[in-house]
Amino acid sequence: MPEVTYLEAIRQALFEEMERDPSVFCLGEDIGAYGGAFKVTEGLQARFGEGRVIDTPISEAAIVGAAAGAAHMGMRPVCEMQFIDFISCAYDMLTNYVATARYRAMLPCPMVVRGPSGGYVRGGPFHSQNPEAAFLHTPGLKIVYPATASDAKGLLKAAIRDDDCVLFFEHKYLYRRIKETLPATDHVVPIGKARLAREGRDLSIITYAATVWKALEAAEQLEREDGLSIEVLDLRSLLPMDDDAIVATVRKTNRVLIVHEDTRTGGIAGEITARINERAFEWLDAPVLRVTAADVPLPYAPPLEDFVLPQTADIVRAARQLARY
Amino acid sequence: MGTRAGGSSNGGRRRNGGTTTAAQPAAGAAMRAPDRTDTARDAQSGLSRAQRLELYYYMRLTRSLEERLVNLYRQTKVVGGLFRSLGQEADAVGSAYALDRSKGDILSPLIRNLGSMLVQGARPAEILRQYMAKGDSPTRGRELNIHYGDLVRGFIGQISHLGDMVPVMAGVTLSFKMRGQDRVGLVYVGDGATSTGAFHEGLNFAAVQRCPLVVVVENNGYAYSTPVAKQTAAAQFLDKAAGYGIAGERADGNDVLATYQVTKRAVDRARAGGGVTLIELLTYRRKGHAEHDNQSYVPPGEIEHWERENDPLDRYSRALLASGDVDSQELAAIDARAQQEIDAAAADAEAAPMPVGPDALVGVYADPPAAEMLWFRSGVTSAVAVHERPAGWGTHDA
Repeated sequence: MPEVTYLEAIRQALFEEMERDPSVFCLGEDIGAYGGAFKVTEGLQARFGEGRVIDTPISEAAIVGAAAGAAHMGMRPVCEMQFIDFISCAYDMLTNYVATARYRAMLPCPMVVRGPSGGYVRGGPFHSQNPEAAFLHTPGLKIVYPATASDAKGLLKAAIRDDDCVLFFEHKYLYRRIKETLPATDHVVPIGKARLAREGRDLSIITYAATVWKALEAAEQLEREDGLSIEVLDLRSLLPMDDDAIVATVRKTNRVLIVHEDTRTGGIAGEITARINERAFEWLDAPVLRVTAADVPLPYAPPLEDFVLPQTADIVRAARQLARY
Repeated sequence: MGTRAGGSSNGGRRRNGGTTTAAQPAAGAAMRAPDRTDTARDAQSGLSRAQRLELYYYMRLTRSLEERLVNLYRQTKVVGGLFRSLGQEADAVGSAYALDRSKGDILSPLIRNLGSMLVQGARPAEILRQYMAKGDSPTRGRELNIHYGDLVRGFIGQISHLGDMVPVMAGVTLSFKMRGQDRVGLVYVGDGATSTGAFHEGLNFAAVQRCPLVVVVENNGYAYSTPVAKQTAAAQFLDKAAGYGIAGERADGNDVLATYQVTKRAVDRARAGGGVTLIELLTYRRKGHAEHDNQSYVPPGEIEHWERENDPLDRYSRALLASGDVDSQELAAIDARAQQEIDAAAADAEAAPMPVGPDALVGVYADPPAAEMLWFRSGVTSAVAVHERPAGWGTHDA
């Protein structure tokens, strides 16, 4: 089997799910003939037609709202946000309408909202965002954010088959930078389960998305230079979050560093810290520390963007300090 | 219809306020031999006698049910706000009646479209339970008032964020189109909701996709306290249709047969593949935004004028009697039937149980089936000793 990029893995999942289930359809801006801003949906309209790969007006609220209506009627829509930054234009629809539909009205909303996320690409303030924390606070939504091609494919298939709305964040830095050989069989990764990306004894790094790779890089360096054995837990699913996997790694290493690319205040690291506090406080030998972006909009210039976002060297420095505590 | 009011100095005064188009007894009516068979068709609307009486029944049921809700509200048995459609019963009932339930048509009502839900099969027992937050209400106590739906009977409850149901109904009707189904959708918005982004995005999307959708703009003069002249600079909401490249029509929303006819044309157009129609129905909100609202912003005499000159039930009963094929005893019997149904339903609803606290954790997702019990609530079933009802939702609570 040939190696497949993270982007191609997403495209495969869309293609296979549309083949498998006629109720699956895609809608979004420029996803048809053009194949999407990053070409994730390339070839889909040629195969499935304009009726199932729908080019929409620039209307994120209508894309999400129409998907919800179609989902009520038994369809399984997959919405593309051209950049995930624009999901804020559909914030009302997602948080007030979609997320509450099952609870208040027993209306099913099996739908996916997916889109290119994240920085390290000189995209500036509006093409680099990580808005997961804004939605983590909304009961009724699910959130996944894969770091590998295999998880991207398997989680997207799970998201499309899920009976509730799943926000599927794709890291655009990873689109064409990572490759792997995917399982040949129908590959579905369950939502809500973390993945142990690297086993270790001395310290745990809990992270997700592109910073999984930076954490792995840091872990290698720390082993080489400091003789530290670092565990890396890739959350994959943020809502629901795999509390058991978090508690297990705390009990194993007793030291936790949480790393995410999103800004610090109100970020997911704070939530993880609270959960560890509630469920594994007595297993800690040191305070839980965070490596995150600084609390600023993401700037464009390379020296600025690189200074704001967490880098491998930051993780190494933080882990050394935590190991010494 | 009356003159255009947009930007004029008469503020909240309704544009058709002075015109009374209610049918007066025709001079020659008594000369005709009335046809009192239920299948006798009305030449103008094409509706049978039985259907025209059914319209009357739904309008009366709407009004009487809301009057009962007012009593229950004053007794604090309705625990949240109460939203009336007094004076607007005709536009909700007449427009909904144009849908074909046998084909699976679906509507999404606005807060003042109780009548449209009754037409689609909602029953007073459910409405009363909803308002009283009962555990066996359609939303099991999760949502208020008429915010509930039933896909089988063909209505989807709105949410409080106005305009949001336009994109949702665009998607519902998109699914009809994708599956080649012979179904139509209808969504109600008020004059205020036309100012939202969701209204624009949803209507534009549906227009581009040529969804089988009817969008009814129920222009009742006010959005809470804000008159239409402060909502839009357009002379009439109908004018917006041209901008979306869709059909538009406008009718007297207090004339139930006119409302039915204009909506029927739009429904037929949608079913035939003609896409979206925007209908502006002119009516008037005789009560406040909700029961607490004292309507201090309404010019003196305006409400009384509409009550006296343009009450949709008065107009319709006069028209029915004038047609010569309905007599007042029949209408009185319908009134009594509606009242009996409400009496029975109210007694039943009052006796229904409230939900229990831990029920609140169930059903956010299909999987997991319930939210985690908070650690400090472990073993607790009732969070407080007394479930107090706030004194009122506003400062003017009756």
